[in-house]
Order: sequence, then structure tokens, then C-alpha cells
Amino acid sequence: MTVPDQVTQSEEIMPMLMGPKVGKTRAGNIAINVGLYIVAFAAAFLLVSILILATTTTSPWDVMHALYTGSVSGWAAIGLTLEQATPILIVAIGVVIANRAGTFTIGPQGQFLMGGLVAGFVMFKFGLPVPVALPLCLVGGAIGGAIWAGIAALLRYTRGVDVIISTLLLNFVALELVDFCLNKIFLLQENVPTSPKPPQSAQLTTGERLPRIGHLPGFSVTSGVLIAIALTVAVAFVLARTKWGFRVRMLGLNPTAAQAAGVSMALFGGGALILSGAFAGLAGGVWFAGIGLRLTPGFEGGLGGEGLLVALIARRSVIATVPIAIFFGMLHSGGGYLATTGVPTNIVDIIRGLVVLAAIMPPVILHVWDNRRSLRVARRSAQRAVAGADLVEVAA
Amino acid sequence: MANPVTTILGSTMRLTAPLAFAASGEYVAERGGTLNISLEGMMLGGAFFGVVGTSAFGNVFMGLVSGAVAGLVLGIIHANLSHRLTANTFVVGLTLNVLVLGLTSYLLETMNPVSLQAGIIKVPLLHSLPIVGEALFTNRWPMFLLLIIVPLSWYLVNRTRWGLELRACGENPQAADVSGINVNKRRRQGLYYVGFMAGLGGAYLSVAEVGLFNQNMTAGRGFLVNAAVIFGGWRLAGIIGGCFLFGGTDALRLALPALGYSIQPQLLIVLPYLFAILAMCFFAKRNQAPAALAKPFERGLT
Repeated sequence: MTVPDQVTQSEEIMPMLMGPKVGKTRAGNIAINVGLYIVAFAAAFLLVSILILATTTTSPWDVMHALYTGSVSGWAAIGLTLEQATPILIVAIGVVIANRAGTFTIGPQGQFLMGGLVAGFVMFKFGLPVPVALPLCLVGGAIGGAIWAGIAALLRYTRGVDVIISTLLLNFVALELVDFCLNKIFLLQENVPTSPKPPQSAQLTTGERLPRIGHLPGFSVTSGVLIAIALTVAVAFVLARTKWGFRVRMLGLNPTAAQAAGVSMALFGGGALILSGAFAGLAGGVWFAGIGLRLTPGFEGGLGGEGLLVALIARRSVIATVPIAIFFGMLHSGGGYLATTGVPTNIVDIIRGLVVLAAIMPPVILHVWDNRRSLRVARRSAQRAVAGADLVEVAA
Repeated sequence: MANPVTTILGSTMRLTAPLAFAASGEYVAERGGTLNISLEGMMLGGAFFGVVGTSAFGNVFMGLVSGAVAGLVLGIIHANLSHRLTANTFVVGLTLNVLVLGLTSYLLETMNPVSLQAGIIKVPLLHSLPIVGEALFTNRWPMFLLLIIVPLSWYLVNRTRWGLELRACGENPQAADVSGINVNKRRRQGLYYVGFMAGLGGAYLSVAEVGLFNQNMTAGRGFLVNAAVIFGGWRLAGIIGGCFLFGGTDALRLALPALGYSIQPQLLIVLPYLFAILAMCFFAKRNQAPAALAKPFERGLT
């Protein structure tokens, strides 16, 4: 087994290039890894191009150019990309913590919704002055998400209910709960004079929003970005360098050994799950106070699911979530610009799906190669042992 | 004006049928140990390609076949990624859902399928029964395929050698492997089956009931089926019961306001999920779930 410190290094810095050892040397190993990634992404690119050529009169190059223009061509576009990436990144960091503890969750969607909902109540119902209400709304969002994940943790460690199943079901409960609150005037519905009243909350006024950094038409981004960056650094440090982080990682790598060493499954596994919920809830709060500014039914809009995907591509690395989340943000900001080309915006969903598939392929292919090779080696040495035994028998 | 009971019962049947197609497939997959999260994508793909197939072949039967094949293709992709290669089944499932939602929405804007709808069958004599006659025995013909598919799924799992092996893979893959069963192959076959059935369920929704395809037409019905399997405690009768519960609450939500009752629609929708969670809490100790559900199997040296 590897020593923890090596695990930290290989998992934190470049997880993608440190797959199973297939090549003979370290350099060969990295070359094979990089080669596989290039092949996988080229295949994804080719599929998207074929689809565009087959269904529209636009060239794939124009689509790529529009995505580029919308996402990174100028400071305004870059700001938009970072803003879109922010909630995705916050969700993803949380999911990485849970994954590190060996807990698989599909609950970020519901936790994101609950976070946004609680944040909405804090902003609209408590009547607090803005400097108090804004931080409180983010904290409330985190608590909302944590409670939602806490239900799953409680069910898991008291009644033995599988986390995947309970988080899946809780997502729907959250969705309906939000819908309910947005349909009642005495809860969060905006009291507009029209009839029927639309199921949505009021909009945050300019003064109530998270402060923005910079001004349009230049670089402009919600200060939620700073929260995301701070959290990324903090979580990477806590996981790699603290006692708590060590125990969480130990639990994920070998639960039996961890429990034998006194790491409580309920405390650390459940704690990691609740923490991941808090992150997703915080993402909901940041989204509401800085980006969405108003709650609508299903306001999550797939962001929680995207954060989950980012974490799953990044596998166990906190640092790796950053570029991947930014890429997902680029698809959002670039997708908005696609309308100019006449290609349906949904092409970004297809690109996203194919890119995720391309990103998860190389490690699993390598893993299968590696496994087959070990089996082959084991079989050969077993045959040799049998042959040796035969010789001894003949001699006797 | 029709009898309200008949109306609600009829719409319950129509809302339950697509779930029941997919659920009888998911039952098979889950007994083999795969919690198939891409069910939603399979149903959506089936719904879209069902309409496309109907339009291309000009006939409803071929439309249903196209939908089922679309689901099967998704099942094949999912199975080979997660049970031949070793990609995490949830990553693959979530990704396929994103991909199918994007692909169907995208293609919908670039093509314009001609709509056709399956014909209605009136079962002789029975359709004239009071109250239940019209609801149960006057329906689009593909609904009656359920009379074959549900028993078939039960028979496959509980009365064939293949089903016994499949259940062994879901309960104790190591033991199954040692006794010579190819665990991942059985699980792949389970996914092919659910893909085909979910695709058929989706195609039923679009081709038989609605007659056209809307963006994100299934709207979470696949996840509903996942919940129904949990609710039913991994027994086919319970699962179909769960489908009826989900379909029934949906029907009530649509019908009650029209009948002048004021209800909380969200409460009605959320009830089945709460039931499912409660059922899990109280029955989790009874170990109804296949013991190796959602746990990948890999033959190794240790």
C-alpha cells in the first residue's frame, strides 16, 4: 500500500496523469495517459462536429468560435464564465469531501434547492438590515443544505438506509417544498397585483445583492467567486494536512482499517456527507444572492447536478475541480452566445455529456489494462508453481 | 359528463402505464445489482426516437420498436462502460441523462416528425362494465403489452436459471463468480433488458398517449420509477403497486382542481416519495434490497 503522503501528492497535484502503471517507465506512463486523453477528447470533438454538420448548415468551427467568443474572448465574457462556474465549483468541492470519505451522494440538487430556499427566507422574511442579512443568508443556505444532507446521514447511520437512495428521494421532496413555498403569499411568493400570481419570489433589490467586483462592460463578477476560491484552498488544505482530513481520507481508502483505528464511521462519514450538503446549500445561497436574485420553481436548473459531475470527473482531487468547473462555466456563458449562429443552444448539453464521458474513459481503460496484466502475471506464476510441483512428484 | 371515478381511474391507468413498462425492466436490473440512474435518459430517448420512428416508418408499431431500440442502445452503452470497463455507474448514468436530454432537445429543433397515434382497443364485453369498463378496457393498444411484459419480467427473474444467476449476482457477486457465473455479463444483460423496456415505456408515452414529443417530455418519470422500485421493496407486485401510487397521485393532482376540490398539489406529489423514504426506514432492517445493489464487482487477486 502507498504511504498517506504519496497518496496526497498523487491525488492532489495531477490526479489525471497518475493512473495505474501501464507503461514501463514513469515518462512512458504519463505519455500513455496523455495519449488516451487526446484520443478521447478528439473522439468527442469529432462526434459533435459530425452532429453539427449533419443537422445544420453552420460549420463546427463557427460553433466553437461562438463558444469561445461568449466565454473567454474579453474581460466581460471571462467574468461571466467565472460567475457561472462559481456555484458549480462550490457544490463540487463539497462532493469531493464526501467522496474522499467514501460516501457517494446524488443529493446536491436537493441541497442546493434547500440552501437557496433558506437564503430566500432570510432575505425576505426576517426584515434584517442588509449588512447582517447577507452573511446570514449565506450561512442559512449552508445550514439548509446541511440539514437536508443530515436527514440522509441520520437515516444511513440509524436506520441503515442507503445514502444514494435517500438523497435521490430527498431531491424530489426539496423540489416540491420549493414549489410549495413559491405558491403561498404568506411564505415566499411575490405579491404582485396580477392574477394568477406567478409562482416566484420577489427580486433582490440592487442594495440587497452580494457586492460585485468590477463594472460592465469590463470585467464584472459576483463576490461569490471569492468565497469559492477561499473554500477551495481551505478544503484542499484541511483534507491534505489536518487530522480531520486524514481521518476522512483514511475512512474512504479503507473503512475497515479506519474503524479499527478508531475513526467513527457515523462521525466522519456522516460529517463529510453533512459538510457536502452545507457546500451545496451555500452554493444555492450564493447563486440566489449573487446570480439568480429571485427564486423560481426548480431554480437549481441543473447546477447541483453539474457540480456533482465536476466532482466525479475530478475524482478525489479538490484542485482539479477548479479547471473543470471553469470549463462547465464556459459552456454556460458560451452557450448563451450560440444563439447568434442559429445552432440550438442544447448543443452545449451534448458537448458537456460527451466531454464528461471522454474524461472518465482513460482512467477506466487503464484500470482494466492494469488489472488484466496483473491477472496474467498471477496466472503465469501459478502455472510455474504447478509445473514445479509436478517435477517434484515425478522425481519422487 | 363522465363519472369522476372513471375519469380519475382512466387517467391513472394512462399515467401509470409508461412507469410500469420501465419499472418491470428496472426490477430485473436492480435484482442483478445495478441501480440504474440512467432510466430517465432511456425513457426520454425512447420517447423521442419512438416519435421519429413512427414518422419515418409511418406506423406506430415500428415507432414503438424504434423507441425500445433507442433505450436498448443506451443500455448497451451504459452496461459496457460500467460493467465491462469499470466506470462508476452513477457517473455514467448522470452523464447519459444529460446527453440524452441535450440530444433530444437539439434534434427536436432540427427535425419535424409527423405525428401519428396508436389506435384505441375496446376489449369486447368488458368495456361496457360500469365505472371500470371505460377506464380499464378502453385504451391505446400498446398498454395491453403490459399484460405480457410484467409477467415475463417476473418469470425471467424468479423461474429461470438466468434469473437465479442474476439474483445471485445481485446478492453475493463473489459467490456467484466462484460458482462460474460471469457476474458483469449478467449485470450487462440486466441493463440491456431495462434499456429496452424503458425505451418502450418512453415510446408508449410519446407515441401511444400523447402523439408527439415535447422537450424533456419524461420530466423525471425515470427517477419516479427508481423510487417506485424502492417503494415496492424490490418485489414486482410492490413495484407495480408503487407505479399505480405515483400514477394515481399524478392523476388526482390533475383531476381534483377540475372537480372543484382545493388541494395542495405539491403535498400530493410529494406523498409517494415520503412513503418511499418511510418504507425504507421501517423496512430497511428486513434487508429487502439486493445485498450488492449499486456495488461494482471486479474480479481481482484479493
